[in-house]
Amino acid sequence: MSAVGTPIKFAGEGHSRGYYIRTVIFFAFLVFLYGPIIVIGILSFQGEQGSLMFPIRGASLIWFQDVFNPVYAGDFRAPFVRSIVLALIVMVITTLVSFLAGLAFRRGFKGSSLVFYLVIVSLIAPPFLISFGLGIGFTSIGLTSQWWSGGLGAHLTWTLPFGVLIMFAIFSRLDHSIEEAAQDQGATRWQRLRYVIIPIVAPGILAVALFGFTLSYDEFSRSSLVTGTGNTLPVEMVTVRGTAARPSLYAVGTMTTIFSLLIITGTFLSLYILDKRRGLLTGGRVTESENYPKKQGASAPAAE
Amino acid sequence: METEQTVLGRFGAYLQITPLVLILVTFLIAPMVVILLYSFFKFGPFATQIGVFVIDNYVRSLSFDSSTWPALADTIRTTAITWAITLVLGFVLTYYLVFDVIQLRIKIFLFLLAVVPFWTSGVVRMIAWLPFLGKEGLINGSLIGLGITDEPLQFLLFSDFAVILSYVHVLTLFMVAPLFNVMARIDLRLIEAAKDQGAKGWQILLYIIIPLSRPGIAIGTIFIVALTASDFVAVRLLSGGTSGTLATAVFNQYAQSRYPLSAASGIILLILLLLFVGGIMRLVDIRKQL
Repeated sequence: MSAVGTPIKFAGEGHSRGYYIRTVIFFAFLVFLYGPIIVIGILSFQGEQGSLMFPIRGASLIWFQDVFNPVYAGDFRAPFVRSIVLALIVMVITTLVSFLAGLAFRRGFKGSSLVFYLVIVSLIAPPFLISFGLGIGFTSIGLTSQWWSGGLGAHLTWTLPFGVLIMFAIFSRLDHSIEEAAQDQGATRWQRLRYVIIPIVAPGILAVALFGFTLSYDEFSRSSLVTGTGNTLPVEMVTVRGTAARPSLYAVGTMTTIFSLLIITGTFLSLYILDKRRGLLTGGRVTESENYPKKQGASAPAAE
Repeated sequence: METEQTVLGRFGAYLQITPLVLILVTFLIAPMVVILLYSFFKFGPFATQIGVFVIDNYVRSLSFDSSTWPALADTIRTTAITWAITLVLGFVLTYYLVFDVIQLRIKIFLFLLAVVPFWTSGVVRMIAWLPFLGKEGLINGSLIGLGITDEPLQFLLFSDFAVILSYVHVLTLFMVAPLFNVMARIDLRLIEAAKDQGAKGWQILLYIIIPLSRPGIAIGTIFIVALTASDFVAVRLLSGGTSGTLATAVFNQYAQSRYPLSAASGIILLILLLLFVGGIMRLVDIRKQL
């Protein structure tokens, strides 16, 4: 048995009973995790008599048509477009601001722990309070919060903590000596950023972009009171659920989930391709660095 | 070159952190200050008297017979149950991924499968429970069909059960991700050594794996507690607003336009959360774990 990936086998030979129990629990959890969403996917293909509950009544596409051309339920089209536009704006701001913050934390500055705690507070603050405070804050200065103002801000308080913490983690793993080597070779600050740091942290930037987009696209709690005259998709769904709920609620839920899954798959594919490319680029160097300590170790006694 | 270094070095970091600080001050700190101010405004007889400062709202919220106490008890109960379930479940799932699955590719694939719903809509995942719960739901239907019960089980919708079920469904991956991060870094030679010394399975678990997983448990706990204690969405969608947690009280008081009372309850919730998370962060250095 090799040291890498050695499983713990408590009962000695073969798989222990615990292993089988844990396998069953894991796959049961996956069913629990994905089951409900698959079921509402099925329920959105019901016929005209369909309701939110079982049994399935007939089969048709009318609830999907209802989403695009609303007869029964609220209009999901405008909220959907709004949510995508907002998510794109949040994604761009989150990525830029988190990257800059990552650089700042890496360099270190007075008060960095204070900013770090501020980020943690942003993560754990009760969502409703943020929405409430933003809402009356806007009102008290004579404005009405809209999805692109207060809503945008509310989303950023949720996406930025994830973005900053990811960047913080990525930069803390980044070896300072790589940058120093580039500096020794005469690279300017800009060149070091452009040709050394950004390519190395690129997967992290992509991950932050994924978090920025999806967390904004799905956000409800923090922005529920501040979207103004135009609801975002999650806010619209909760509103519709509160009033006349028809299976078009499931149809829109199914479509938005498929949309999210496409975004996630796309991001992971890009990450995979990026990783492959990097593997090709750094392939030679990795072997070198692996040999390096050995050579040093071998030459040290000889020098003595 | 030298001057560029020092000048940029001194101010660069501040320039780079400014956007983050500006955004958080505007959209996080300012709203909290507004809430804090509102919590001291006089409420009544008919409306909020803006600019009239009193401490009545807190006196009322913290008085002996206030509804804050049962709401707080409900919050602690709901949060504790959710935390306990997600901790045990999250631990078993992560343990399986880290120690039972051998092939790295499968390990990564299964890990992703377990955490992908994080990037999908929480609202949709809560709504997705509707066909299962409820009087005519799938679970009651099957139970009656199988002859296990004659009457539909009422507790399946509009109850704490439905709310906690949806918390476990939505939040378990907040425990799995940080646990995976620390558990995957446990040196397997440590476990080999313990086995060589004759340690039993439960001893390895109790004296090696659990202690080394502590930072992951801490971070997961912060997520679960903060998200459960301040949630008002699951309650709204699945319990018909009947659940009486503190966060729901804040929402209901707001809905009744009793802003100062809502703000005071909200500030109490915020302070309790900050104390709890501050306490955990004193135990575990999160910055080191990232």
